[in-house]
Amino acid sequence: MNEPVSKLQQAFESGEFVFTGEIGPPKGTNVEACLHEASRYLKHSVTAVNVTDGQTAVMRIGSMPVSGMLLDRGIEPIFQMTCRDRNRIALQMDLLSAASLGIKNVLSLTGDHVAMGDHPEAKPVFDLDSVTLLQAMVKLEAGTDMGRDIKGNPNELDGVPEFFKGCCVTPCAEEVEPQIIKLEKKVEAGAQFVQTQAVYEPPAFEKFMRRVERLKVPVMVGIVMLKNAGMAKYMNRSVPGVHVPDGLIKRLSDAAKEDRQKVSIEICGELISKMKDCCRGAHLMTLGWGHCVPDIIEAAGLV
Amino acid sequence: MIVAERKSFDEILEMLKPYKRVLVLGCGGCVTVCLTGGEKQAEELASQLRLASKHKGANLEADYDYITRQCDREFVENLKEGPDKYDCVLSLACGVGVQFMSQLYPDVPFLPAMNTTFYGAGTASGIWEEYCHGCGDCVLALTGGICPIARCSKSLVNGPCGGTNDGKCEISSDMDCAWYLIYKRLTEKGKLDEFRRIQPARDWRKEHGAGVRRLVLKEMVEEESEA
Repeated sequence: MNEPVSKLQQAFESGEFVFTGEIGPPKGTNVEACLHEASRYLKHSVTAVNVTDGQTAVMRIGSMPVSGMLLDRGIEPIFQMTCRDRNRIALQMDLLSAASLGIKNVLSLTGDHVAMGDHPEAKPVFDLDSVTLLQAMVKLEAGTDMGRDIKGNPNELDGVPEFFKGCCVTPCAEEVEPQIIKLEKKVEAGAQFVQTQAVYEPPAFEKFMRRVERLKVPVMVGIVMLKNAGMAKYMNRSVPGVHVPDGLIKRLSDAAKEDRQKVSIEICGELISKMKDCCRGAHLMTLGWGHCVPDIIEAAGLV
Repeated sequence: MIVAERKSFDEILEMLKPYKRVLVLGCGGCVTVCLTGGEKQAEELASQLRLASKHKGANLEADYDYITRQCDREFVENLKEGPDKYDCVLSLACGVGVQFMSQLYPDVPFLPAMNTTFYGAGTASGIWEEYCHGCGDCVLALTGGICPIARCSKSLVNGPCGGTNDGKCEISSDMDCAWYLIYKRLTEKGKLDEFRRIQPARDWRKEHGAGVRRLVLKEMVEEESEA
């Protein structure tokens, strides 16, 4: 087997249960808060940190520069890339640019439609999709790009990037088979790890995992921290493929205000401990509550 | 067919401000079928314009006429009056008709009364929906006869995104997820393997990437030049 290109890849190869965290770059140039969150709370508790790319189609600082800033602080980033805002020329440019900054982990995503965000008048791009973006990464790694020179031959790169390539899937979608087929295509296209959409139903996740077992790529279960009952209800209403059971909503609404964070942490810990045996890690999306990550990991009972 | 919807009356009035004699010209093609730009609508619009201008003391003279198609040279001879008899023509054709007519009558301004919206079909009484983007590279044979380019809001070719929501699109619960429909159809037909094959990155030159597109039927062109 080739040498792992990143700490994240190495962690999967070592067989340990892997944790990743996530930060969202700000709207504006003030990156201090998200960098502080990553340095103070995530650096010593997770293997790598996702940096979102215009999450929910809201215009913010890009994922690449913030990923670079994490590297400068000794934190391994996972550079999220959506197909919404860039055509294949810009995507490949950004892949080479990211590689030149030392970024290795890249997560290929379709991206929320511009209609979901704060610039609904924008022109959506979607030149590539999450499958063909992975194919583009593989091409660059092989030393060529998606284009051709004047004679029709593949363009050769002067300096070749290496990536650890990831993708996403929604394991608890109402109709899960199309999600699985698309995941199979992503793995065939070159995906080496998977981070899932938020999961709150361990039995459904286990069933999903049995169906994708044969893919032989490490899958990290997605855990989105429920900060309160209102957020849980909002997710049920508005986030496709995510269902928070009534029992969890009740625990959050029954908790006294001062205990709520503790309950949120307990719920995350319990979900992870219920699903840890059928997957290879957990991706913790704490939505600005990075300070809870060490406690969540402790509550999961893995350390 | 091409579906177009009429611009707001206020926008039309604003466009007509500089003119006094207007011909409101309906089209007997697609816009007649979708009940927005045919003879009847031209007649109605002309009378509304006359009334509104009288109300404002503007005295706009608005006649109406209609021809079978505004995108074809052969029907202009059926015009009752030459467009050059008017200060401007307010066309109820799609964007093709407006441009084609103004090419035939370069001295007369042709103004669009319509917003041309999509290629679609009537799905219920009074409802038309988009079915085709004219992408120039049809994939319907691989997708159970349902177009992911026109009917998936992201034009995805390799399957649904994470926004697929109980058969609907993340953009709106009124909008079907094309990939949900494709998946159901291919499952019924026992053809899910079509979905399993990776579709390569698309060649957008066939859509808009390489500029203006044209169709040339060589034999016809040659016949014409020999004659």
